[in-house]
Amino acid sequence: MSTILEVKGATKRFGGLTALRDISLDVVEGEILGVIGPNGAGKTTLFNLISGAIPPDEGQVVFDGERIDQLAPYVIADRGLVRTFQIVKPFGGLTVFENVLVAAFLRRSDPIEASAHASSILEYVGLAAFADRQSKGLTLAGRKRLELARTLATDPKVLLLDEVLAGLTPTEGAEMVTLVKAIRDGGVTVVVIEHVMAAIMALSDRIAVIHHGELLAVGLPTDIAKDPKVVEAYLGKEFHIAPD
Amino acid sequence: MIRLRQLVAASSKDLQILLAVVAILALVPLGVSRFTLSVATAALIFALAGIGWNVLSGFAGQFSFGHAAYFGLGAYTVAVTFTRYSISPWVGLVLGGLVAAIFGLLAGWISFRFGLKGAYFALATFAFAELLRLTFNNFDYVGASIGITIPLAGGDSWSSLQFEDTPEIRYFVALALVALGILAVIAVKRSRIGSRMLAVREDEEAAASLGINPLRAKLFAISISGFITAVAGGYYAMFLMFVDSDLVFGPFISVAILLRPIVGGVGTIWGPVVGAAVLSILGEVTRSLVRDPPSILQAIEGVNGLDQVIFGVILVVVIIRAPDGVLGWFRRFRKRDGV
Repeated sequence: MSTILEVKGATKRFGGLTALRDISLDVVEGEILGVIGPNGAGKTTLFNLISGAIPPDEGQVVFDGERIDQLAPYVIADRGLVRTFQIVKPFGGLTVFENVLVAAFLRRSDPIEASAHASSILEYVGLAAFADRQSKGLTLAGRKRLELARTLATDPKVLLLDEVLAGLTPTEGAEMVTLVKAIRDGGVTVVVIEHVMAAIMALSDRIAVIHHGELLAVGLPTDIAKDPKVVEAYLGKEFHIAPD
Repeated sequence: MIRLRQLVAASSKDLQILLAVVAILALVPLGVSRFTLSVATAALIFALAGIGWNVLSGFAGQFSFGHAAYFGLGAYTVAVTFTRYSISPWVGLVLGGLVAAIFGLLAGWISFRFGLKGAYFALATFAFAELLRLTFNNFDYVGASIGITIPLAGGDSWSSLQFEDTPEIRYFVALALVALGILAVIAVKRSRIGSRMLAVREDEEAAASLGINPLRAKLFAISISGFITAVAGGYYAMFLMFVDSDLVFGPFISVAILLRPIVGGVGTIWGPVVGAAVLSILGEVTRSLVRDPPSILQAIEGVNGLDQVIFGVILVVVIIRAPDGVLGWFRRFRKRDGV
């Protein structure tokens, strides 16, 4: 069990607002790490910082033994650290297959190999029947799946999934959980941001809680659920009704 | 070899269409006047220029309003190397393409480096074309405002690329260049870099998140695009036997180049060719309508510029009715009928 991704003392300010304050977090190879926190806690900022979309003001991000916090997003993706977006970004004018093909080309220059890889990924995520559809015509669940398929086609080492469950029906959500677990079992380390508490409890091996830009707690899902600081962040302070 | 065969098989539909279109267009010289044939040749030249434009603006999504820059560089390279150094225009075509590709890399690097997009990028391309037009207009080495007249070479017309007595061969060479241009586009579209151009067009941030360097994809697009358009410009110089800076770098050339793929279908393989055909036929029909109108429209006979007005009105209607081009309109039409 080795650390594959490490955030060391990362701080990010937007003007006077400190979006992330001194966050240190390890991601262990082969795990599913859940990142939870109320709205505006800084979860997506953390992803932006890891994926290179915005550089940290202080601190470092180390991936696979090398610092990546000053690299361009495409370089980071090329090294095997790939993200999805909370607001999905399909290549709307392209078909589902072409969307995945673009990603498959990252490790293959030959169009035939890349096409074969893209097809097998579509099969794997259950989108094969939609391969020739325009991607903007997919349902939200379909587009989330497509987003996942694209990242998978790049043969990532670590996947950062930003709210892949949000907006899905319970059935669709359960299918997505199964899929993400299968991806991890295939050898990919996964970091998920999630709002849906029940889902993330079932999905994650460990959970990190962020609140007001600070890391509140890291631990096993069962411990996190009982942690009074976490309960407070989510539900407010414990509250006693006057005795009868 | 096996790979090549597989690739050909995968693109077989596109290649079949190419063969069919070339076969049909090869019949044009039979039974048309010399004048019509030269209109058709010019249409092919601008189709090729449009094929180049389409790589940058249609596939990579970076709208160029200044492709006259590449067209003119191609034209001048051929004219200068032929008249000054007696270099074969065939070599000149390739040299012109390279000059334009290098210019494209430079112009693209300056523009994309600073994140120019959309209308701002279009304006920058326009500025680059104007810069070249004014420079060449004052540059004695290339004939300044007088331009360059290409002399008749005599001798073998194949090596001098001059077909003054055999206009049908001049037409066939243009057709062959268009076919090569289409082949190049088919190859680019199937390749890794072509796929990356499309991704960058659709969403740069998402493309970068999948390991694509957007700057690199755009620079590839602009150099391929410039090369193809410059070849068209080079052949145009041999077609007119004359270049000057207004004629090949002028804004109307940029418009003429982008109009064809826009009318035909931006970002499609065949859009520029379809658009060139539609515009040429439309232009000729309106011209002959004004020259020799049916008796009911006798009043418009010979009215100066009226053909241009009619042409413009029809063009506006076409673009309103078919904003994604003639090919897009056909596609929607077929979909609606459930074919």
